Amino acid sequence: MSLWDDITTASANRILMLDGAMGTMLQKQQLEEADFRGTRFADWPSSLKGNNDLLVLTKPSAVHAVHDAFLAAGADLIETNSFNATSISQDDYGMSALAPEIARASALVAREAADAWTAKTPEKPRAVLGSIGPMNKTLSISPKVEDPGYRDVTFDEVKDAYVEQLTAMIDVVDAILIETVFDTLNCKAAIAACRETFVAVGYEKPIIISGTITDRSGRTLSGQTAEAFYISIAHAKPWAVGLNCALGADEMRPHIEAISRVAETRVIAFPNAGLPNAFGEYDETPDDMTGQISPWIQGGIVNILGGCCGTTPEHIGAIAKAAAGATPRIPVAPKPTLRLSGLEPFQIAV
Amino acid sequence: MSTATQFINIGERTNVAGSARFKKLIVNNDYEKALSVARQQVESGAQIIDVNMDDGLIDGVSAMTRFLQLMAGEPDISRVPVMIDSSKWEVLEAGLKCVQGKAVVNSISMKEGEAEFLAHARKVRDLGAAAVIMAFDEEGQAETADHKFEICERAYNLLVNEVDFPPEDIIFDPNIFAVATGIEEHNDYAVAFFDACKRIKANLPHARISGGLSNVSFAFRGNNALREAMHSVFLYHAIPAGLDMAIVNAGQLTIYDDIPDELRERVEDVILNRRPDATDRLLDIADKYRGDGKAKAHVVDLEWRNLPVEKRLEHALVRGITDHIVADTEEARLTAERPLHVIEGPLMAGMNVVGDLFGAGKMFLPQVVKSARVMKASVAHLLPFMEEEKELLGTAGSSNGKILMATVKGDVHDIGKNIVGVVLQCNGYDVIDLGVMVQCEKILDAAIEHDVDMVGLSGLITPSLDEMVYVGKEMQRRGFTKPLLIGGATTSKTHTAVKIEPAYTAGPTVYVTDASRAVGVVGKLLGDSSVDYVSGLRTEYAKARDAHQRGQSAKARLTLKEARDNPWTPKDGGGWGAYTPPKPTFLGTKTLTNYPLENLRNFIDWTPFFATWELKGRYPAILENEVYGEAARDLFADANAMLDQIISEKWVSANGIFGFWPAERNGDDVRVFADETRDETRANFHGLRQQISKGNRNKPNFCISDFCAPADDYIGGFAVTAGLGEAAKSKQFEADGDDYNAILFKALCDRLAEAFAEHLHQRVRREFWGYAPDETANGDDLIAEKYAGIRPAPGYPAQPDHTEKAALFQLLDATKETGIELTQSFAMHPASSVSGLYFSHPDSVYFGVGKIEKDQVEDYARRKDMSVEDTERWLAPILNY
Repeated sequence: MSLWDDITTASANRILMLDGAMGTMLQKQQLEEADFRGTRFADWPSSLKGNNDLLVLTKPSAVHAVHDAFLAAGADLIETNSFNATSISQDDYGMSALAPEIARASALVAREAADAWTAKTPEKPRAVLGSIGPMNKTLSISPKVEDPGYRDVTFDEVKDAYVEQLTAMIDVVDAILIETVFDTLNCKAAIAACRETFVAVGYEKPIIISGTITDRSGRTLSGQTAEAFYISIAHAKPWAVGLNCALGADEMRPHIEAISRVAETRVIAFPNAGLPNAFGEYDETPDDMTGQISPWIQGGIVNILGGCCGTTPEHIGAIAKAAAGATPRIPVAPKPTLRLSGLEPFQIAV
Repeated sequence: MSTATQFINIGERTNVAGSARFKKLIVNNDYEKALSVARQQVESGAQIIDVNMDDGLIDGVSAMTRFLQLMAGEPDISRVPVMIDSSKWEVLEAGLKCVQGKAVVNSISMKEGEAEFLAHARKVRDLGAAAVIMAFDEEGQAETADHKFEICERAYNLLVNEVDFPPEDIIFDPNIFAVATGIEEHNDYAVAFFDACKRIKANLPHARISGGLSNVSFAFRGNNALREAMHSVFLYHAIPAGLDMAIVNAGQLTIYDDIPDELRERVEDVILNRRPDATDRLLDIADKYRGDGKAKAHVVDLEWRNLPVEKRLEHALVRGITDHIVADTEEARLTAERPLHVIEGPLMAGMNVVGDLFGAGKMFLPQVVKSARVMKASVAHLLPFMEEEKELLGTAGSSNGKILMATVKGDVHDIGKNIVGVVLQCNGYDVIDLGVMVQCEKILDAAIEHDVDMVGLSGLITPSLDEMVYVGKEMQRRGFTKPLLIGGATTSKTHTAVKIEPAYTAGPTVYVTDASRAVGVVGKLLGDSSVDYVSGLRTEYAKARDAHQRGQSAKARLTLKEARDNPWTPKDGGGWGAYTPPKPTFLGTKTLTNYPLENLRNFIDWTPFFATWELKGRYPAILENEVYGEAARDLFADANAMLDQIISEKWVSANGIFGFWPAERNGDDVRVFADETRDETRANFHGLRQQISKGNRNKPNFCISDFCAPADDYIGGFAVTAGLGEAAKSKQFEADGDDYNAILFKALCDRLAEAFAEHLHQRVRREFWGYAPDETANGDDLIAEKYAGIRPAPGYPAQPDHTEKAALFQLLDATKETGIELTQSFAMHPASSVSGLYFSHPDSVYFGVGKIEKDQVEDYARRKDMSVEDTERWLAPILNY
């Protein structure tokens, strides 16, 4: 049995734990420009502070420490530090050419940390999810207000950038996590990239997809409801589907419930530690967040829990404690019927 | 919520092959109008939009891409799924790469063999779409029921078994062909279609069936009435056979039962191939039913006309439709016992719905004002009947309360006040609006005469604050106890608490943040728990006063001398010594009469326009706002349509004057000379200096005079208006009860005046003063003030003293040259006017003077030759004591 088979088996018996916020934890280390540059990029022409993904090359110990802390807190699944490791996103730093190297290194750092814990606690195997972020350019929204039909990137460009990222990670990671999806069309390009990569390497890895409802309007940034989003990406046959980021658990609740009602697969949720305060910080304590998530655990609407912005190992530890022993959600099995979507779901009578 | 539905209408009008109009729009690159075709389809009930760009004149890939990407930005269209329709695979694939939702491709088939069919199917699957499979194989399109089913079954097995295509994502199109063509073999085409449908549904689980409906009636092109009857009959039989969806003109379906019996029977004979002479018999009567059929295009839109009259009134109110309001009101009146009951019944019920939607954030101000216009039209119709009744019975109507409103003496701004008035009227209050520049005595006399429940005061310029305090004092003196409401741009909770409430203690004084709060405030004041509400307010305002006091002592202040020791000076090149002020191209003034309005249009800053309507957000992003984008777009469209008229029909004229004079800094003032000899002083502009301590942060304590060089510099001044004719036109709207257009018009005049100031400033920089001949700032840059030099206006933060306008107007002879007058409070009339000074120094900036201390007030009074008391009155809002 492969490691992922063990994870799949475990998912039938308990709620699995994902890790928390990589960015928040890196921020707490108060890294300086010099840490981001290391010796290799000491003379790089632009500022590199804030290019968190680059740390896997210049200061891997910082990233390793975060993985380790979340694994110690009880995470079954950790995300590679590769959210922006695509040639398109790295272009902000003039580092497009380095994107595959960053993606691969992020996978290796996470692998090392996870394997060490799997060796320590063989009864609780730890898996690595290759994190595929939403990218800094969107396919459904025009960056020019005066020309709503304009796009600064094409579907194929986005897909090719994801193929490059996936190819660099696929043999190291256990599964793919397409996350923080605020434009479903970018996600569809990522799904197409997965297919293309699977065909090229000759094997497949499970795909997990997590969208982002950006505000209380209950829509993704590109305008879809949670259910329409699910219908749009269901062709990926995801191992799990759900939501992360932008909202705290309380605000996310109705949308994760909407997905839980229709998803024929596992449901994953990793909310922020509340909404950011005036200083852009997240205030919810581990107790606050656990208090909000506990009804989800009791209600059996989730299979995998974790945290996004502002969540620390303490948050993950507290949620893990609350989820221990709980029964995971059983995926629904609706009758097959034609389901379509625009911004809203459309279903023809069964 | 999912739309689970029995039969699906697929909108067909966004198809260049089926709609000549749509094709013309695409060929002419008019995508904006093309989008409106899609929107009409959704509004008419299309649940999926079919988009087809197959035409020799059109580049299918780029047209499909552009149209779908534009559609993505239109939430009212893109909420429904798309059917990407093309016979070319590359167009289908390009379309799939533009849609975030799960779409349908229409179509793929085995026309070119199995291998290509499956390759396409794999791609459709990987891009997450459903597919229409045409009953078409290597030998051609299937015509018989057997052949149709045979192809569908073969395709189904290949898809499900070879490429793992989800069976529920398969939609068959078993070919709808024309019947009654005169060719005998065609007579059975519809029947073959129905048979194929039944067999597909019985044998191929989860698959769906679609078709292009209009093909069936192709033989009767030009006779739309007959074609619609054929479509209706065809569907009547096809749906039970298994047809799930069809491409139809969603606004144009005849109801089966509405077809005349004779016609229905003969159409049915044709469709079902019931008799050999069916075609001839239909042809015989075809002309009898010839009609253009177009009249039915809006059937769906007008469905509300079939509702009972109460519901029609409600619909008209909520949607702001005036078209039928008089007829509907009359109908309601005839059934009502008394005309008043129409108002108290259906109209108030409708307005309550509007009020609830507004309160819940589901309707926005422009829509509410449109609703009010409908209400007014309805009431206007009822009024004569009520007067008549009053004469007969001697009764009067009831209302929720009576509110007197006025813009105070010296102030001419009334857009906000009018909006509040409309909103209150919508909520069943009687509003007595005394207009603008109303003397205190007149307000209070009217309040007594009409026995009003409260008085509302509005004002925009700072001297109005003082006038409001005066009205408060007078109310106290004359023994009023009714509530006093305060609103308008410069008013604030702090000012109300600190200055007005202490002046009027006999009754409640309430600061109203904006129009949407007005109803709540008035309701509470007149409600059962008003005592609690008022005592809560008193506590709140007492706290605000305390906070104000604490705030004052907390901030470190400078004496005037200390502040003057820290002036702004040019940063680089050794201060003023190294600076040569640019010389204007002329000295003296230039008058601009009847300035072309079309030149101003592009300089309009729309963001404040939307703010007037309480739609807060930056233009143009506001048009796409998740919550009120729709309201903003409607308002913007109305505004532009009116602008077209304002400009083409010259509703207002724009005049302006500007000039330049030799000048130099003289302490905190600027001395203006008559001519280049710099002997005779023509005027002095006075400045106020910031007195807040800047700590050790190396920031200057600004005064506007700092931007003028101590010698050999120049200063400019201007006054522009776009409001000449405004009063007459807005009165006309108001007389028609059309507050929406009245407010819209005034708000546009305001924007045009601001645009005039912006435009003239640009010309001054480029041509007249000419210190920035190569400047290219435009649009957003102008709004962001990314240019050299400033145009501060008296009464605004950099020089908060409105009385400075007196000197400016004298210097320009502005009243005579432009028609702009100054009121006793130094507000400009017409209200849509802007005036100010020009400073040319490239590093000059806008700033706020903030609070000033007594030492500066005394010094300033001396410089202006005014009494300290008078000065304190004019500067009341910025006194820090």
